[in-house]
Amino acid sequence: MGTKQLIGALGEDFVAKYLVARNYEILDRNWRIREGELDLVAISEHGIVVFVEVKTRTNSTFGHPLEAITRDKAYRLQRLALAWLTVHHRWGFEYRIDAAGVLISKGEKFEIDYRIAVL
Amino acid sequence: MSLALTSTVSLTGLIGNLIDVEVDISDGLPGYILLGLPDAALNESKDRVRAALVNSGEVWPNKKVTVSLSPAWLPKSGSAFDLPIALTLLMAQGLIPKDEPGTCIYLGELALDGQVRSVRGVLPAVLAAKKLGFSKALVPFKNYAEAKCVSGIEIIAINSLTDALRYLRLGEVPDSPDQFISNETDSYLDLCDVAGQIGARKALEVAAIGGHHLLFIGPPGTGKTMLAERIPSILPPLSEDSILEVTAIHSIAGTLLDRELLSKLPPFVSPHHTTTAPAMIGGGAHAIRPGATSLAHQGVLFIDEAPECARGVLDSLRQPLESGNVTISRAVGSVTYPARFMLVLAANPCPCGRFSGRGRSCTCTQVAIRRYLQRLSGPLLDRIDIRVFVDSPSRIEMASDELGESSAVVRERVIAARAVSNDRFADCLWKLNSQIPPSELRKRFRAEKLGMNFLHTELDNERLSARGFHKVLRIAWSIADSNGHSTPDREDVESAFRLREGMEMLA
Repeated sequence: MGTKQLIGALGEDFVAKYLVARNYEILDRNWRIREGELDLVAISEHGIVVFVEVKTRTNSTFGHPLEAITRDKAYRLQRLALAWLTVHHRWGFEYRIDAAGVLISKGEKFEIDYRIAVL
Repeated sequence: MSLALTSTVSLTGLIGNLIDVEVDISDGLPGYILLGLPDAALNESKDRVRAALVNSGEVWPNKKVTVSLSPAWLPKSGSAFDLPIALTLLMAQGLIPKDEPGTCIYLGELALDGQVRSVRGVLPAVLAAKKLGFSKALVPFKNYAEAKCVSGIEIIAINSLTDALRYLRLGEVPDSPDQFISNETDSYLDLCDVAGQIGARKALEVAAIGGHHLLFIGPPGTGKTMLAERIPSILPPLSEDSILEVTAIHSIAGTLLDRELLSKLPPFVSPHHTTTAPAMIGGGAHAIRPGATSLAHQGVLFIDEAPECARGVLDSLRQPLESGNVTISRAVGSVTYPARFMLVLAANPCPCGRFSGRGRSCTCTQVAIRRYLQRLSGPLLDRIDIRVFVDSPSRIEMASDELGESSAVVRERVIAARAVSNDRFADCLWKLNSQIPPSELRKRFRAEKLGMNFLHTELDNERLSARGFHKVLRIAWSIADSNGHSTPDREDVESAFRLREGMEMLA
């Protein structure tokens, strides 16, 4: 696993823990089809399916992590979410798309910026 | 939810529209949306505002930023919105105190390092703000002098975004530029430089008195341009209102540098004869800018080599000549600029240009000569009262080391004569002799009996058309004012008739 992938995985682990601590249950991770990948799929205690896009950075030289999510990418997330619901027979479930920006600074300190229902 | 609002002014022609700049910062993906029909320059504001904020030590909110410029239907252009957007953004985040609505307007373009750059049209914008009841304006340092022309509103000149922030946070007023000096004695080209040309000088004076349009015909190098350039120096100085109006037009056109701020000297504009119609009357795809006719407002529009002009361009002058303003319509809207000017055309007498005296050195055929001057269309010539043949000065005139009359002397006479005609037209809709309507010329404003007799004889001899009849009368009034006659006498009318000489060549 390259450094980039490792950093990404670290960020996703961190967000997964963050969600579990807030009474979410993780349903799926790195679900991949031809069109792209969903980082995290979770379900809240109220039964809402939550798709989380995680962006991890080790410094903010290139701007805020969430700025990397462009309009096109956001629309792709929407399509992927619907695909996931179809494949997993969860059509009609209430769902939402969240975004999480994780900044890993020196000394393995994690900072999270979690945005609910970005789309 | 964080929300803030400030005000600025956007111009449609010379009319200022109050624009509310609203900023909303909400959760969601970081992004920037600009609403309210922005043009390209305005859409680029996002990147300027962001860099300027960050480089001034402020933070950019990594949230969803919505900027709305209302009224939303009005197309907006230019870079003067940068400063209000940046400040409203900080207000919305609570980083600077919120604006009290209706007190202050903000104008200025931001450089990436946070400097505030000058913008066009500050004078009319500030003028509009004052009329709308605003008491303060933050303007770029370089536009301070121009903004200061408007009295009764506090002007704060800022050099950088930091200046503005210190002012808004701490009330520290940044230093204003040194008070500009209102130039009481404008420099101008003096009429005393012209050797001889007694006839042309007289024609200039009469034209200045009555506001008559002029046509110079003469061989190259005889001083047509020299004479025309000196007309502003003999016109009465601009009134207070006119000064503001003229300065405002030049502010929008971005030509204030060429012109002394608040100059009392009427403007002189001489577009090249290859100029296009949009350059002449105004135009532009995004922001409709004033053309030569509006830049010459309250002054002189001089077109050298007029027959070489494209016909459509010269004919585009007809609307401003008629109504004193131009209305230009484009996709972004329709704009009216004032354009009341004295038109001065210069033309060679023939294509080879050597026709003078008896025309012995001229190589052109009669037909060619006729055709050359016919390029000036009839309806346009119809609006030109005075035609002067400018010939080379004689040997005696050139040899004389005596200076001609200076502009100051001539201007005194023009001012005195205009005072007389102003009194005469006190209860009329027009102000100048050149504007007396034909019906009034035949009723209230006739010449003395002998003068009228002269004109009727010329009419009978078919040396004068009905149109010419009215024009000669109008010129006669200007000559009478200059000679101190209360009504034009026979001599005034005859002099007026002679100022139409050279007509036969054209008619």
